[in-house]
Amino acid sequence: MIEIRNVAKSYGKVRVVDDVTLTIARGGLTSLVGPNGAGKSTLLSIAARLIPADTGTVSVDGLDVARTPSDQLARRLAILRQDNHVTARLNVRDLVAFGRYPHSKGRPTAEDRTHVERALAYMDLDGLADRFLDELSGGQRQRAFIAMTLCQETDYLLLDEPLNNLDIRHGVELMKLLRRAATELGKTVVLVLHDVNFASSYSDRIIAMRSGRVVLAGTPDEVMTPDNLSDVFGCRFDVHTIAGKRIATYFS
Amino acid sequence: MSPDFERRRARLVLALLAVAAAIAVLAFMTLGARGSWSFVLSFRGAKLAVLVLVAYAIAVSTVLFQTITGNRVLTPSLMGFDQLYMLLQTALVFLWGARGLTLLDPRALFALNVGVMVAFSLLLYRLLFARAGNSLHLLMLAGIVLGLLFRSLTTLLQRLINPNDFAVVQDRMFANFNGADGQLTLTCAALVLVVTLGLWRLSSTFDVLALGRDPAISLGVNHHRTVTLILMLVVALVAACTALVGPITFFGLLVANLAYLVMPSGKHRHTLPAAVLIAILFLVGGQTVLERVFAFNTALALVIEFLGGLAFILIVLKGRVR
Ligand SMILES: Nc1ncnc2c1ncn2[C@@H]1O[C@H](COP(=O)(O)OP(=O)(O)O)[C@@H](O)[C@H]1O
Ligand SMILES: [Mg+2]
Repeated sequence: MIEIRNVAKSYGKVRVVDDVTLTIARGGLTSLVGPNGAGKSTLLSIAARLIPADTGTVSVDGLDVARTPSDQLARRLAILRQDNHVTARLNVRDLVAFGRYPHSKGRPTAEDRTHVERALAYMDLDGLADRFLDELSGGQRQRAFIAMTLCQETDYLLLDEPLNNLDIRHGVELMKLLRRAATELGKTVVLVLHDVNFASSYSDRIIAMRSGRVVLAGTPDEVMTPDNLSDVFGCRFDVHTIAGKRIATYFS
Repeated sequence: MSPDFERRRARLVLALLAVAAAIAVLAFMTLGARGSWSFVLSFRGAKLAVLVLVAYAIAVSTVLFQTITGNRVLTPSLMGFDQLYMLLQTALVFLWGARGLTLLDPRALFALNVGVMVAFSLLLYRLLFARAGNSLHLLMLAGIVLGLLFRSLTTLLQRLINPNDFAVVQDRMFANFNGADGQLTLTCAALVLVVTLGLWRLSSTFDVLALGRDPAISLGVNHHRTVTLILMLVVALVAACTALVGPITFFGLLVANLAYLVMPSGKHRHTLPAAVLIAILFLVGGQTVLERVFAFNTALALVIEFLGGLAFILIVLKGRVR
């Protein structure tokens, strides 16, 4: 369980995360949606101890992330940030293998190597494993970073806009993979998504943020209404039910 | 490149570099030797020790500094760290006088110097990187300004101290590969050894740190603590090398970037030994050629600074500055 209690964060005078309290239960897939600048990335980074909160606490399975030794958390929780770039010259397999560092501390075993190959296969990277990161397209690089995060084999997975740059097939495959990880392996997956329809189709729960606050939280059926969506995003939505899923259109 | 191919290529390049460095060392020790071998070997051996120590210290400190700062342009000396050492040394002479200092055990003095420098550099680093951490250009500028500032302060202090003392410190303002005495070499060798043991214990984090702060934390590295420790050890290496030969600005940049260039990956178990071997090759090989072939005794610093400066310009022009 991830418990976020009264977390606030300001940059200068701007309150980027404004007194957020939120509980994310163990197991299941939660999507975080909201307009640009709502504070989604900041909240996720605070939960993953990458940014210190000004006030409030975050705990994962009862461990306060600001106090727990970093390596202990790294075996429990993995995060993919929104922007990823590395200066070092690395190939895809080397990057993915870093996901094993929390377990192997730089001395990979045969088991670690199996995990790496499996993560490469999940992200459809077998053919690209020996390529350098700077020789990949944006979407391929994004898949490499996702594979590294998966390779960490943690109970909690926080992914900030993992669908960035992914084509439709890889986007859908990733969502199905995460869905299976949540249902079959009991993993807790928290995603920031900019496409509400992806959120609606695969999530157990949707949380909507605006101006640093959580404005809505509930099942896709509860959250996906025209009024709710236009309230969060500030534009007009129509919501349809297609094959049992709530699908929003926003072109009218 | 498959993992096997990469490993083979890394081994091959390292082996070639090792052979080249060994040849340079052999040539340095034996070429043009006249008279008693025992004298030649011990005399040249002492000089060789200085060159190798400096090569090692510069290569390791530069590569690791670039790892923790996440760039391939900044080096400890470009951030003004070696000028800081000179300033501290002059300040000590200023405060106590050269004679006062000779009363102190030179090893204690050196330890004091290194200790103060480590403390100052940590402060400097935290101030700079907390404020300008994401702007490489700003950091470069700050480094150049600080280097100049330290240098000017050093010069100012030198004007203020008496002429006898001046002679003592002035000598040390410019890199000189022939000046170190045996006692100092031993002290520095001991320091370098201790630093190496410390770095060895942290070595599993190097590659992870090269990914940057956030990924390193995500993967469970205690980033603040590890970076601080590595920085302290790096600064100690800079101090050792500045004490031995004086400030050298661009050489570290040259060997580090050559190492990145010739090695098939950025892994530290490849780049660190490559940088050290390249540095030994340059210093020992360069000194051999200059001394034995051209009979120049003091030009080495000039030549490596010229090459290093050239590398700096190339790297900046190639737009690798990020
Ligand atoms: N390091 C920072 N310094 C100043 N402002 C920041 C920083 N990081 C984020 N912000 C601001 O905080 C707000 C929320 O950012 P973010 O959490 O990235 O939003 P989201 O991910 O929801 O689009 C934005 O207005 C952004 O400009
Ligand atoms: Mg974001």
